[in-house]
Amino acid sequence: MTLDPLLGILLIPLGAAALLATIPNQRLSAALNIAASLAALVCAATLPLSRPPPHTFLMVDDFNIVFILLNTFVAFTTSIYSASYIAHEVETGRVTSRHLRFYHAMFQLMMFGMNLALAANNIGLMWVAVELATLTTVMMVGLYRTPEALEAAWKYFILGSVGIALALFGTILVYLAARPVVGEGLDAMVWTTLVSHAPTLDPSLLNIAFVFLLLGYGTKVGLAPLHAWLPDAHAEGPTPISAVLSGLLLNVALYALLRFKILMAASPGAISPGPLLIAMGLVSLIFAAFMLYRRRDIKRLFAYSSIEHMGIIVFAFGMGGPLDNLAGLLQMSMHSLTKSAIFFIVGHIAQVKGTQRMADMGGLTTSHPFLGWMLVAGVAAIAGLPPFGVFASEFLLATTTFARAPWLAIVFVLGVLLAFGGLLLRLTDIAFGEVKGPIPPVRASYLPAIAHLALVLAAGIWLPPPLIAWFQHVAAILG
Amino acid sequence: MTGISFDISHMLAGFLVLLSFLMLYQVRLPPLLNVLAAHAFALSLSVAWQAHTQDAPHLYITAAIALLFKAILVPWVLRRMVVRMGIHREIENVVGIGLTMLAAMALVALSLEFMLPLTAKADPVVREDIALALSVVLIGLLLMVTRRNAVSQVVGFMSLENGINLAATGARGMPLVVEISVAFSVLIAFIVIGVFLFRIRERFDSVDVGTLHMFRGGRQ
Repeated sequence: MTLDPLLGILLIPLGAAALLATIPNQRLSAALNIAASLAALVCAATLPLSRPPPHTFLMVDDFNIVFILLNTFVAFTTSIYSASYIAHEVETGRVTSRHLRFYHAMFQLMMFGMNLALAANNIGLMWVAVELATLTTVMMVGLYRTPEALEAAWKYFILGSVGIALALFGTILVYLAARPVVGEGLDAMVWTTLVSHAPTLDPSLLNIAFVFLLLGYGTKVGLAPLHAWLPDAHAEGPTPISAVLSGLLLNVALYALLRFKILMAASPGAISPGPLLIAMGLVSLIFAAFMLYRRRDIKRLFAYSSIEHMGIIVFAFGMGGPLDNLAGLLQMSMHSLTKSAIFFIVGHIAQVKGTQRMADMGGLTTSHPFLGWMLVAGVAAIAGLPPFGVFASEFLLATTTFARAPWLAIVFVLGVLLAFGGLLLRLTDIAFGEVKGPIPPVRASYLPAIAHLALVLAAGIWLPPPLIAWFQHVAAILG
Repeated sequence: MTGISFDISHMLAGFLVLLSFLMLYQVRLPPLLNVLAAHAFALSLSVAWQAHTQDAPHLYITAAIALLFKAILVPWVLRRMVVRMGIHREIENVVGIGLTMLAAMALVALSLEFMLPLTAKADPVVREDIALALSVVLIGLLLMVTRRNAVSQVVGFMSLENGINLAATGARGMPLVVEISVAFSVLIAFIVIGVFLFRIRERFDSVDVGTLHMFRGGRQ
């Protein structure tokens, strides 16, 4: 069957989730988690070689193929990291074996949801998959059962549900727009059919649908007025989940939104979604940049940095055009790799220090040189310093925006500089200065973080031509 | 669709909006849950009527789910929880009922004003249903915003979901896949909510989510 690798990235996590729910042994289940993630990654890696034709429910096209690869790759590295992180949590008694069984099963179920959302060729199926991924992460955020974790999970659940409900309303409106043209039934929700009929769809219905989809999926992306759940969910859940939330789930929600942006771009009568995206992106960027200065909790700090980056990315897609879209795509991949690497490092730091309060950390480069310098490298990368990949995309975005809309560029650069200052200020307290807090030896797996940062560094120095060609091709589709 | 069958579907959708208004001024939980049950019942009638007029038998399944699950099972479970927590006699602090009602009226006016011109080309049933469904969705949001009790927020979310179901079934020929999955995700959502409510009760001895906020102090 031609769909085999595609079914692999869906069925492997699903089967692994069922299996992991029954295994009480912690080391065995952690190993199985890694094995399943690796198998999914191998399946995803064969996709570019033999691309299956679009199906009524599933498809692989130029746009989602790299996100599927990125998703399975980060899932694999996170599963390695998670094994050492969770072993530590079991030793300190923060989680019981029953919670662990649940944790591993949910991890794979979440991967299934995200892969399905990326590979869906049906806007209804995509919605269901995003909802599934949301529900599983809600359960994970509440894993520690502390009052703070429960509050974070509840807030995330309520805001996420409202967002997802609005997105469904938008999806129904898209169906209504397509029905007179495509006809009743399943075909009117198939993505490839929708795009090929886009010029004849009712533009006014598409406009209102896009507003609902922007509010709905935008809540999940964490755009500024709708971001309230994001810092809490990142700070109170287990750190591997923070890494996956920032690195993958935000991207998946944004991917869903971009699918509809392509539809809007293909319909000549519809409004341009650009101004809406630009406004929300810049508000998120500036707001989050200011919020960085007042943080006391290290995971909250990086959660706000994720809001800031999502703002930059949405701004880039709002500007549109081949170059800005390219910058947005590059930034999406770079942020995903860098931010998950930072959370890997931060998780180990919090475990060593026994707290997430930044005031109780200090002098990490002296007490734990490797961990400390890794954090410095990670923050330098996320703040947009050369030679890391984030610099390349932010620089590209700034230069093209200066040429097209200087006033917006000034706001954008101001936001980026503000965020840079905020991150650097916090970093100097944590990484340098006098040593604070306990300094036990650290038992960590550095490999995932090293792999991510190496990729980001490599991308900043040299991108392979096929990858650039892919980025340019997709940027053209995005319009 | 013309004449009496149009009027009936119009009336049933109107009932949902009316019941949404009724929810807004229920300050005690048991009556609020009664209205929720009535809301879901009106939805199931509306969906069943759509199934009849559109000649789409699969919609009867959606109607049955709305009736059995949303109108009977969920309100019953919630009522038991409320009684067990001992908050069934409590009067909830609701901010300005009069103002909330005015805001709800404005929302209905807004959604009619907004949706009717946009859907001018669609057939009349779809137009009315979508506009009324949007009103139900917006009032559900309003209910969630004005309440601080976790159970009331769940009720608000349920009514919002009902509004979306109304829109989905009003859109003629919307694939079954989506309807079943909607109902299914509501089910999952409820398990989640139930689990969470239980734990919130366990930890805080209160389902007033306002008390949750005190735990945030100093955790910027």
